[in-house]
Amino acid sequence: MPDTLLYAIEVSLNGLMAGIMYALVALGFVLIFKASGIFNYAQGVLALFAALTLVGLQQGQIPFAHVINASFGTDLHHFGWTLPAVVAIALTAVVMVGLAWAIERIVLQHLVNQAPIILFMATIGLAYFLEGLGDVMWGADIKKLDVGLPQGINETIDAVTFNAFGYGFFIDNLDIIAAFVAGVLVLALTLFSQYTKYGRALRAVADDHQAALSVGISLRFIWVLVWSIAGFVALVAGIMWGSKSGVQFSLSLIALKALPVLMLGGFTSIPGAIVGGLIIGMGEKLFEFFAGPLIGGATENWFAYVLALLFLVFRPQGLFGEKIIERV
Amino acid sequence: MLYREAGDFKTTYAKDSQTFPIKADRMAYFALLAVAFGVVPFLINDYWANAVFVPFLIYAIAAIGLNILTGYCGQVSLGTGGFMAVGAYACYKLMTAFPEVPVLLHVLLAGGVTAGVGVLFGLPSLRIKGFYLAVATLAAQFFLVWLFNKVPWFYNYSASGQITAPERSMFGIAVTGANTPAWAKYLFCLVILVALAWLARNLTRGMVGRKWMAIRDMDIAAEIIGVNPLTTKLSAFAISSFFIGVSGALFFAVYLGAAEVGEAFGIQKSFLILFMIIIGGLGSMFGSFAGAAFLVLLPVFLKNVLVGGLGWPTDLAAHIELMIVGGLIITFLILEPHGLAQLWRVAKEKLRLWPFPH
Repeated sequence: MPDTLLYAIEVSLNGLMAGIMYALVALGFVLIFKASGIFNYAQGVLALFAALTLVGLQQGQIPFAHVINASFGTDLHHFGWTLPAVVAIALTAVVMVGLAWAIERIVLQHLVNQAPIILFMATIGLAYFLEGLGDVMWGADIKKLDVGLPQGINETIDAVTFNAFGYGFFIDNLDIIAAFVAGVLVLALTLFSQYTKYGRALRAVADDHQAALSVGISLRFIWVLVWSIAGFVALVAGIMWGSKSGVQFSLSLIALKALPVLMLGGFTSIPGAIVGGLIIGMGEKLFEFFAGPLIGGATENWFAYVLALLFLVFRPQGLFGEKIIERV
Repeated sequence: MLYREAGDFKTTYAKDSQTFPIKADRMAYFALLAVAFGVVPFLINDYWANAVFVPFLIYAIAAIGLNILTGYCGQVSLGTGGFMAVGAYACYKLMTAFPEVPVLLHVLLAGGVTAGVGVLFGLPSLRIKGFYLAVATLAAQFFLVWLFNKVPWFYNYSASGQITAPERSMFGIAVTGANTPAWAKYLFCLVILVALAWLARNLTRGMVGRKWMAIRDMDIAAEIIGVNPLTTKLSAFAISSFFIGVSGALFFAVYLGAAEVGEAFGIQKSFLILFMIIIGGLGSMFGSFAGAAFLVLLPVFLKNVLVGGLGWPTDLAAHIELMIVGGLIITFLILEPHGLAQLWRVAKEKLRLWPFPH
């Protein structure tokens, strides 16, 4: 096989893997949008906050150490223990559920029935707040997240492809795990929403708020539930992204990358998030590979958006979105 | 007692449809203009100009622009930063290419260029609606910033990739460049703001504005009663982008002096302007001003309190500021989703009945 084709295959495989990572963030968006019609801009910051909390708990950092130090002139930083990864993840999950509850209590409850743009702005406000809170609680320095996931080149794939084509593909172990986790997550979410009582309630709320209320489903509980699940998805995304590139502010910007994924897949479809992620991931890597050198590179910044934009012109509801029916 | 329309008899149609029907409002408006033009330029110094007045005036132009698109025509846009960058770079290219032309003309032409780009990126709005459109406008934001970063022609092949405003003057007084006196910056922006705000106010209450609002309230119904969605939406994009382009040109040429596109016109700027119109009030001219003033003053105030007053390190203060801004936005949305403009409206209603409310 010619070299360019091999490179292109390698690039698209890596693109698919990157796409899965985007899809992990997009999943959280879809869940919340389906259940409450809220376009949750804070999803990326939720991932950042989850990752920060995980690192902080794992390494026994003292929350708000900087504020305490600045106010009282003390010199606190760590409790002096390190927790096992599993315990830290479980504790972080609990924190995310608490956060979901607080968000519902403090913010969303008061904004029922407001225009979608108001709710959207509220989530941007939330994003700012959580970003600040994460930094104030745990410090703004770049942190290393290590929960024991394998990283680096997958030797097996490298060896197999080298024997087959004479060129070894570079696929990161972490990406493979991310793909696996994303698969499990989608499967679990599908099973949950199809076969459990709360899953049914969730779908009912997504379908029609008022009808769901009238058969006795507590809207508020469902909202807390769905934000908790989104928080958990954010935790998973935070672990994956944090292991890959360290826990830092730029983690919250992956939310922006998840938006074209959503547009492409449709705001209301869980499989759409995955398929959209794969298309975007592969598309932008291939475009950068073929066209990037010609037009100056760094096309990954915008290609996904332009692709999604062009796509939407032909299919305004995205690939798997519900058909938009308008009545006067 | 003083604030009511009773006794203020309108004898012509023109008077009956004026912008400020209440006499006290008119007087307050003219008094404000008199102070802005006649008092502030004599008292202003560099700190006040650079920290408060000039950013306020420039952001107010941008907020009016975005309010036309989002507040009046209902098309949510997250591409404001990108359009401001178009204005800035167009202004820069014009300023360096035609040094003899007055800089005011450059600024307006930059707005015109931005209007063209805005129409181009507004075309999808005919097919895409709501949040899909909001995300689609992000394409404009990222693509434009990338373009200005990667194509050296836009920054005249300068080594740093920055654009720097050359010194240009109006009536013999520098308004751009390093030697600009504070009052000249202020007056230059003020004149443009007042002219554009007057234009916007009269557009929005005329036929154009009513078409925009019809499209905003229900586009299909508007189409049925004979509003052409193509021209209406695109005119909103064009005029909104013109305002945003002018503000971008001023932001670069007068306020910053030198700009790097990703830093000055990134996605944060888009959100900042959107916050301004949400906090100020969608579809309200007063709201654009109030929102811009609020979000310009808040960081200055917080910085003075946290760093100056409490003596905290600046990075910690920056994070706390982020929390406070986020918290305030949420609080505002919960307490008054229609923004400062609605508070103002309610206050005026109350004032009209004072001191004998029924």
